[in-house]
Parts: sequence; C-alpha cells; structure tokens
Amino acid sequence: MLTFVTGARMRAGDNKTPRVRRARRIRRRRRMKRYDVIVVGAGHNGLTSAAFLARAGLRVLVLERNPYIGGATVSRELHPDWIYSNCSYVCSLLRPEIYRSLELGRHGLQVVPYGGGVTFTRDGDVLGGYVDKEVKRREIARYSPRDADAYVRYGRDVMRQCRLVRSLLMRTPPDPTSLRPRDLAELLHVGREFAKLGEAAIYDTIRFYTMSIADFLGEYFESDLVRANFAGSGIIGTALGVHSPGTAYVLLHHYMGDVDGQVGAWGFARGGMGAVSKAIAGALESYGGEIRASASVARVLVRGRRVTGVALDNGDEIEAPVVLSALDPKRTFLGLFDPGDLDPRLLKRARDFKIRGSSGKLNIALDGLPSFPALGPKHPLLAGDMHFLDSLERFEKAYDDWKRGTWSKDPYLDLLMPTMTDPTMAPPGKHFMSVFVQYVPHKVEGRDWTDADREAFKKTVFAQISRYSPDFEKLVLHAEVRTPQELEAEVGLTEGNIFQGELTFDQLLFNRPFPGFAQYRGPFRGMYLCGSGSHPGGGVMAAPGANAAREVLRDLRRRSTVPEGWSDD
Amino acid sequence: MTDPGRTVVIGAGHNGLAAAAYLARAGREVVVVEAAAHVGGAAVTREFAPGFRVSAIAHLAHLLDPSIVRELDLQRHGLAFARAALKTVALDAGGDALLFDGNRIVAGPASAADRAAYTAFTARMRRFAVVLGRQHGRVPPRLAWQHWTEALPAALLGLDIRRLRREDMREFLRVVTMAIYDLLEESFESPLLKGAIALDAVLGTKLGARSGNTVFSYLHRLSGAASGGGGPALPRGGMGAVTDALAAAARSAGAEIRLGCPIEAIVVSGGRAGGVRLSGGEVVPADAVVSSADPKTTLLTLLGARHLEAEFAQRVHHLRATGTAAKLHLALAGLPAFRGVAATDAGERLVISPSATYADEAFNPAKYRRYSEHPVLEISIPTVHDATLAPAGRHVLSAIVQYAPHDLEGGWDAARAPFQELLLDLLERYAPGIRRQVLAAELVTPADIERDYRIRGGHWHHAELTIDQALMLRPVPGAAQYAMPVAGLYLCGAGCHPGGGVIGAAGRNAARIVAGAEA
Repeated sequence: MLTFVTGARMRAGDNKTPRVRRARRIRRRRRMKRYDVIVVGAGHNGLTSAAFLARAGLRVLVLERNPYIGGATVSRELHPDWIYSNCSYVCSLLRPEIYRSLELGRHGLQVVPYGGGVTFTRDGDVLGGYVDKEVKRREIARYSPRDADAYVRYGRDVMRQCRLVRSLLMRTPPDPTSLRPRDLAELLHVGREFAKLGEAAIYDTIRFYTMSIADFLGEYFESDLVRANFAGSGIIGTALGVHSPGTAYVLLHHYMGDVDGQVGAWGFARGGMGAVSKAIAGALESYGGEIRASASVARVLVRGRRVTGVALDNGDEIEAPVVLSALDPKRTFLGLFDPGDLDPRLLKRARDFKIRGSSGKLNIALDGLPSFPALGPKHPLLAGDMHFLDSLERFEKAYDDWKRGTWSKDPYLDLLMPTMTDPTMAPPGKHFMSVFVQYVPHKVEGRDWTDADREAFKKTVFAQISRYSPDFEKLVLHAEVRTPQELEAEVGLTEGNIFQGELTFDQLLFNRPFPGFAQYRGPFRGMYLCGSGSHPGGGVMAAPGANAAREVLRDLRRRSTVPEGWSDD
Repeated sequence: MTDPGRTVVIGAGHNGLAAAAYLARAGREVVVVEAAAHVGGAAVTREFAPGFRVSAIAHLAHLLDPSIVRELDLQRHGLAFARAALKTVALDAGGDALLFDGNRIVAGPASAADRAAYTAFTARMRRFAVVLGRQHGRVPPRLAWQHWTEALPAALLGLDIRRLRREDMREFLRVVTMAIYDLLEESFESPLLKGAIALDAVLGTKLGARSGNTVFSYLHRLSGAASGGGGPALPRGGMGAVTDALAAAARSAGAEIRLGCPIEAIVVSGGRAGGVRLSGGEVVPADAVVSSADPKTTLLTLLGARHLEAEFAQRVHHLRATGTAAKLHLALAGLPAFRGVAATDAGERLVISPSATYADEAFNPAKYRRYSEHPVLEISIPTVHDATLAPAGRHVLSAIVQYAPHDLEGGWDAARAPFQELLLDLLERYAPGIRRQVLAAELVTPADIERDYRIRGGHWHHAELTIDQALMLRPVPGAAQYAMPVAGLYLCGAGCHPGGGVIGAAGRNAARIVAGAEA
C-alpha cells in the first residue's frame, strides 16, 4: 500500500489513481515488449538506478549476466547451510536517503550494527576499538595518554571532513571547465560548503585530500600501534600504501557511512549482503520494473550518435532509447561498444583508467567459534573487525610486496565473524568468517594465478590468523579463496578492483571516471553510466545509481524520483 | 629601543640576500647576519679538494627568477653563465643513452611514437608549469575573505588555470595530484625515458615515482623554464656566483652584511620581534626581522614555541622536512667516459634512473630509514664548460644522490663510507675506469647539510614541496603570506612559497610584504 502513496506523491497533480496507471502500464507491457530503459548489470547500483526510473513510470529492464543478481552485493550458499557474503561484507555507506525513499526496510533489508574492532599486537596484547568512544579513549590511554587526548581531536576533524563529503554524495559533480549556469551554480554550492568550514578548516581540507594516511595520523598520534590501528581504513581496496599521498581521503570512504543515524558506525545486512540487492530488486519490482538474469549483454546498439538498445550474447536484440551501464568504465567503453563508434581520446581514457586489483578475500565456514587468547572467551570484540598489523612499517611492506607483483607475505586482514551478530548465516553453533586481505595483485608477477598460487596465498592468510588464534585452522570446514582474478571473472570487476576504479583525486569528483564524463552521461544520447566507477565511487553506497537516475529523468524532462541528499547540519 | 626602519635579515643565502637587496632598494636600513664566514647559504661554491671547487649543494640553476636577475642587474654584479639550457642524457647499465633537450629527443633508442609523444608531453607540461610559474612572483592567496578585494589573489590563481584551453584545464585538474609513474605509463614506452622524467619528479623530495603528487613536483621543476628561464644552467664559477652577485647587489643598494655571526635568538619585546641576539650576546635591534632560515629553525629554535599559539606551533612541528638527497663530489684526474655518451656530451646533465620502476624502488628503503641500494643520480661535470673550477685538464663531478634519508637508521657516521663505496661502484658500472680517475671524493649527507648549513632535517627545499605544503599551505596554513603570527617577524626562505630550487622569489615576495607593512 505504502508504495502507492509515495508513488502518488511522486506524480502529484495526476488525476488518475496510481493503481489504475500501474494496471495500465502492465497491460501495455504485455501488448508489446518495448522498454524505455535498459540497465546493464544487476549490482546494487544498477538496481538502484532501475528502481528510481521505474518509479518515475518508465518501463525498465535490468539485464544480468549471472544467474543470480547482486553483482558484488551478494549472499551465496557455497557450502551447504552456510551463507557467505562472499564479496562485499559490511554495510554502512548505503545512503540513508535511498534506504528510506525505496523503503528497503519494507522490502526486507535489516542492517544490524556490530561491535567495534581490535588490533592484535605481536606481543600478545590488543588495542580494543570499543564502540563506546569513552571506553576506546581509555583503551588508547593504555598505550599513550597523549594519543588518548588526540583521539578526541582526531574524531572531530575526521567527522568534519565526513560532513563535507556527505553533502556532495547525492549530487552530480560540476564540470569546472564549463560555464553552463548549472555547473556554475553547482560550483558555487561546493564553494559554499567549503566556506562553511572556516578558513583554517579549508586549508586542512585541501591538505587532507592530498596527504598520506601515515602523515595524517602522524599529526595526531605518537604510538605506532595507535597509528596502525587507524591506518587500515586508508588503504582498504586501493593500490596505495599508507605512505602514498591521497590515502588520507580513502579513510573517509570507511567513516562517512552510518547505521541508524550513527555516523561512522558499521553493520551487517541481515542474511548477508545479498539482502541489500534483494531489497532494492524488491523495490524495483514493486514499481513494475523487470529483471532478467542469465542475460549477458554483448553490445550496446548505436545508430546516429544515439543508443537504440542492446544485443545479447545469444543474439537477441532488445530496443530501448536509454541504456545505463552499471559496469565499470573499462568494461563499458572497451567491452560494450564497437571501438569504431568511440572517439579515440575516450578509448585512451578508458584504457588509462586506474582500476588495479589490490585485495582478495577468504570466505570460511567454521565448525565452531575459534579462540583468540589475547581477547579471551566471550569477549565483546569477538564480534568486531580484527586486525593484525601493529605498525605502519608492516603496512608499507605489505604494499611493497604488491608493487613487486605478489601478495603480501605479512598481509593486512580485516577479519569478521558476521555470525556473532547475525546467526542466520550458519547452522547453530557454527560460524561464517569473512577475511578481507590486502594486498593481493591481479596477476602474480605478471602471469595468471595458478591453483598452486591460490593454495600458497591461502596458507599465508591462515598462518597470519593462526598466529593469533591457534585453534582456528582445526575448525575450518570449507574455505573459498578469492583473488582479484575470481572477482573479475565472476562479478566482472576489471582487474578485481572493488571500487570500480582507484579512489585517487585524479579519478574522483569531476574526474570520475574521466574528466568530461563525470555527469553520468556517456558519449551518445541515451547512454549513461551508473556504476561505482562514477561519483561518488564504491562501497555499496548506491549513490552513483541514484545520481545517474536523476540525470536520466532530467534529460527526459521528468520529475525526479530521486531524494535530495541530506545534510548533517 | 629599535631605531625605526631597520630590518635584520637572518641568513645570507640567495633568498636572504634577495630580500635584503629589495628592502635596501626600498630605502630601508638593512643588516644581514650570516653565521658562515662567507655568503651563499646552500647556493655556494666550495673548494672540496685542493684546487677543486664545486657547487656545494644546489648545482644547476633551473628556476632562478629571470625578473630578479634583471631587476637587481645581477649580470653587472658579476653573474654569468658558463652554459645555459643543458641537455639531458639518460643512462642505462647496458650502455644505452637517450639524449634529449627541452622538448625533443635528440638521439638514442626511442620509438617514433615516443619521440612524438615526448614533444607533445613536454609542450603540455610546460603549459601547466606556466600556471605555477606565474605564481612565483605572487604572494599566495588566502582562501577566506571579508571584502571582495581580498578574494582577488585567489581569483587570479583560478584565472591562470582558466586561461588554459578547455582540454588542458581538464587534464591539469586530473594530473596535478597524480603519481608521475602513472602519467608516464599513460604516455611513453621507453623505460629509459620514463626513468629520466621520473627522476626529475622525485629529485629533492621524500617521494617515490609511484607516490601521488609527484606530477606536481615535476611541474614545479619545469616552472622556472616555463616562466622564462632557459632550463638547467651552469653559473660561471659555480652556484656561488649567483649569491655573490646577489650580495654585491644588496651591498650596492646599501645593505650591510655581517659574516661569521651566528644568531642565538630572535628578540621579542612587547609582543613583537625587536631584533636578534648574536651568539656573543650582542643584540642587533630592528623593527622587522626577516628570516631566510628554515621555518622550524626560525620559529621553534630562534623564536621559541612559547611565543606561538599552541596549534600554530603544532603545525610548524608537523611540517615535513626530512631531507633524502645527498651530494657526491669527485675530483677527477681526467674526463670520465660514460658508456654511450659522446665526449662532447659529457658536460650535459647525466641522469642515472634507467626506469620509473627503478626510481620507485630506489625510494622504498627510505621509507624504513635506510639508504637506496640502487640510488638515482643527477650528475653534472661543470668543468667541461667552466675551467675555473679545477686545475687544467682535471675535472669535477657533482652528483645529487637519492635516497639518503636524514633520519638514517644507525646514523650517517657508520653509513658514510659504505654508501660512498656503493656510489663509486655504481658509477664504475656506468663509466668504466672512473674509480682510477678519482683523486678525491666527498659525500655530503643530509646530516652534514643540517649541521653545516643549519637546515633542520637537511632538506634542500627547507620543507617537502608537495601540494599539502605548497602555495597557501607553505610553510603552514596561516603563515603563507610571509608575515608570521609574531608582529615584525617574517619568513623569506625556501620554506615559503614558491619553495626551493634557487628561485629567489621567496625573498623578493617577502621584501614586498615587509616594505608594505612598514609603509
């Protein structure tokens, strides 16, 4: 019922009741299989675009290559009775505007916050990142009283940066080289958001965007352990080291989310990340949109500088005046088009696009709860993120391995046992362990991964875990090893880059994916990009999908169904 | 106590002298106090072995601001160039050598595609560098303002970027924060070519070829040539010739230069800088103190953090200023024969950085406070063009060597000898027989630079020159306009905009502010 109410609001001033319109829409679809919009790829962004477009009354079809939907936002039963979030594994950045306006709660999405994180030290101690800020402050004080005070400043400054970024997430980046009123107005808006910060903070913001996470943390903390404890968020998913300028910004991509309005908090999608895409798909279908799985798009059809539809691998052609690609920019421009149709400069941009795979994942079914002696049994932090690098030098050396073309021998792990928070993912008493591994190259010293490599890589990760949990290995029932190559082969992310493109300034904001293509429009009329390769980038935000839908509706001169971004203050 | 109108300038390096000259020309009474027995600071010519003289630190004039040369009439004051616009020869261990000048590949193994790409690349990079070059002569803008007139400087910067063609502007805004490594991967095939350009991007920084912001440091290096200079040049008589001419110009404008008097502190009275106290205890009163010393030395040592607001002191404390560049000087019995280099080209700028990856891997040890096992070198043999530096038939080799971190694990005393051996072995590979030609050798580490030139951290540019420490952020936000929070105290050294590289613009800009403040 609720949808119709919102739906009705969306089409205010319409004398027909939504129910009648919806019924007619369905009849029309039965008559002739024509679509207004085709979305390539049923990841969370593709589905989000589709949902907002369907809600605007357009006939939308989403085409997915895999037999299942979700892209990298999936729950898979790869071991009997175990549900793996085998790609993305935590939920925080998903924009609350979208959650509310697509009523994802009603469509079955439930995000459960989980408890903090912990960094283990080589000498058997821990630094506990408790959810309660005061407790965490006291914990830091065990290592350095000065750092405990600095932690308050740190939290304040990072939150200030988050506010600035959050105010830009649900907006289309302005083209700074354009003099179109819309771009100038948007530039002005950004300028105002900056001005709000005040002079000192403006300078700090510029520094923040160009600094390395190591230097940034160095301005607050003296303890190497404390620095290491915060450093992970600066390099997750990137092909950069903690000393690489630009990594301070990446920190935001892990802080700017929220759960139940608690900024910076993290949570699990109940039933695994697949619940996110399932809920968005549910919203889409409630607006009359369609999804076709096992339908792989071979080419986007172009006639006279405008798109006319898509051709599938099986030869079928489906017509539509509007096509959105949720694939990454490399796949989209180098894969979906006849090179002859594209400007050589654009082809070069696509070829040069930085989308390096740098992380892998182990998904593990456990026969029971492994013990972590440094924490002890029933410790609340067993439900949080576990990290094992206790110095910046270990971080940087892990990166040096990647630069040499091999996986880190002393890797950074983000280890979680979602079943501590969401027992529905494994049989009673058993556990699912998700181990995100950094750094892992797309190719091993230039060649493809062999099974021997995978085995050796698995051993490296197991060894790292066993150092802190002696009984872990005995409990392993099944382990899925995912290198960037699997991510590329299954999900289609080029080189297995989880963000659909490096999050460095040269590929952010008005530069994402390339200068001149940051407003979600492709090189042809009716062609759009809606994946994480566009602003604001990856992390299961769904913002690129929503922003792209807004631009499509704008071009079609339809009222937007996409919610305005919320500002925190 | 202060006699009105007197300015004390701390340090007789090129920026201090430039500031002194401009202030004296503005009719102010100027006293320059220099700790060393001679002028020059880090832009000086030194005899490192009997009869052999060398530019002690900076050895090529890339960036010297032509308008300063003109305005201060430095030619008349004795500045001459033994050779302008040196070519560059990129060497590799296999004996291949790539010779290129400003904007074209002259000779060596490079595909037609690379030759074309290189010309287009340098042309574009120069257009970008002009944007930075234009800022040299300007006081950095503030980014908050009460009245629209205060917004003008910032607007000017924006305008300079806007003046680029649309495609260029797009590209500028994309590449300016990039790692040189990635940009080179996009642009060229030849490893040797990529290596040589990567070296220019990382020289004098604590960054590797794969570190972000290295395109910016590359543009900074070009910004001199772009703003009218001719590219790398050799002053006759070494880099000291530049500061000698600046000193002459300052003196002739009426400035007094007191040598051999290190200062102990900046005197603060009534909340403003009232002069300097020399180590003897003598106080030189002044109503303005202009320091060309590095920001940390000036603000934390000479002034003292107690005179600063806590957050500001913190910012100064956090200023990144760890030198990674060392200097190798060789007195040679004859002209060394570098493989693949014609004798006629021996006097050009020789670089050892066979690939961008090599340049990046050279950096890795510096991250862990160790020196490079396979360092990158920028080599100059000035005696080919300038006989005044060595006895007849003899030669001097001057090389900037990276990476040699100031904060080396275990300190430099133990590491000096092995590192020098490592360098000579490396040179022997590129110039067989050079070891036998060596009459005397000297290694100048960042630790030596800190001690002998009083630069905290031994960093050539006084502070790392990256975007987060450039323009309105240099040396630290809130002090980028040369005037320090303590009234009457100014910075005018390489630690300020536009940074290091023997430009002289910092001194000139600061003088303008000081004169303005008094007017």
